[in-house]
Amino acid sequence: MKAAVLVFPGSNCDRDCKVALERSVGAQVSMVWHKETELPSGLDLIVLPGGFAYGDYLRCGAIAALSPVMSAVREAAAKGIAVAGICNGFQVLCEAGLLPGALLRNVGLKYVCKFVDLDVVNGQTRFTAAFGETRTARMTMGNGEGNFFADESTLDRLEGEGRVVFRYRENPNGSARSIAGIVNGAGNVLGVMPHPDRAFEAALGSSDGALVFQSVMASA
Amino acid sequence: MKARIHVFLKPGVLDVQGKAVEAELHTLGWDGVSDVRIGRAIEFQIAGDDPNRARDEVNRMCERLLANPVIEGYRVEVA
Repeated sequence: MKAAVLVFPGSNCDRDCKVALERSVGAQVSMVWHKETELPSGLDLIVLPGGFAYGDYLRCGAIAALSPVMSAVREAAAKGIAVAGICNGFQVLCEAGLLPGALLRNVGLKYVCKFVDLDVVNGQTRFTAAFGETRTARMTMGNGEGNFFADESTLDRLEGEGRVVFRYRENPNGSARSIAGIVNGAGNVLGVMPHPDRAFEAALGSSDGALVFQSVMASA
Repeated sequence: MKARIHVFLKPGVLDVQGKAVEAELHTLGWDGVSDVRIGRAIEFQIAGDDPNRARDEVNRMCERLLANPVIEGYRVEVA
């Protein structure tokens, strides 16, 4: 499996993602600087990592969404290549219009960093098929602006189309309908606030995140 | 010309900063305060001398970058 991890100024989970992909599925991982206008050929997965791209200036993900590399990501997504935005990467995908909604300041105003238990709401996606009969996942979250927001009709559409992929069992930050992760209409673009890249082997407290990467590999 | 833009969360989008500041103002004794909303102001100089044209440009900047229409509204002044 070939994967690319995008690196924005201020990304801080880019190397975590690389190690997670190498160890969980033996992926060959390219690190791609945000100024690049082309992505490596033959990719199975593009990861937008966590962090604080451009210092979260203006709005989280707003400036990163306009980076040169994002045109190539948009083209790749249109061709059906899997794209996963984790935490700040989710914010970037929303700002880029590749996913609906936005991530607001957490209710409670705190940066929340802890393990969270998730329901795997849709186990049939390219990012969750490997969960099989398992309908729960444990990962860590770490965000101050992870409070998912979309208008009611968008939320209804997401639910109706099976595009809510992960839901918090106990809502940690006020996210609408406890949503922790969604996919786009075609099902090849995932945004998830908790970190599969920080939960890919038992020594990290959970290996459930590895199932996300294994799902992508199985669909590649 | 000078452009001044106010960006604020749309009505109906919970402004948790506004809530926190409102609670603190109540603690300080200003019980009559309600509906606190916190936004941001952006100012810059823009070349040209046609305010209408400049306003159109600034509106486009808001749509492209300065505001997120999913959650934010904005108000533009050019003088």
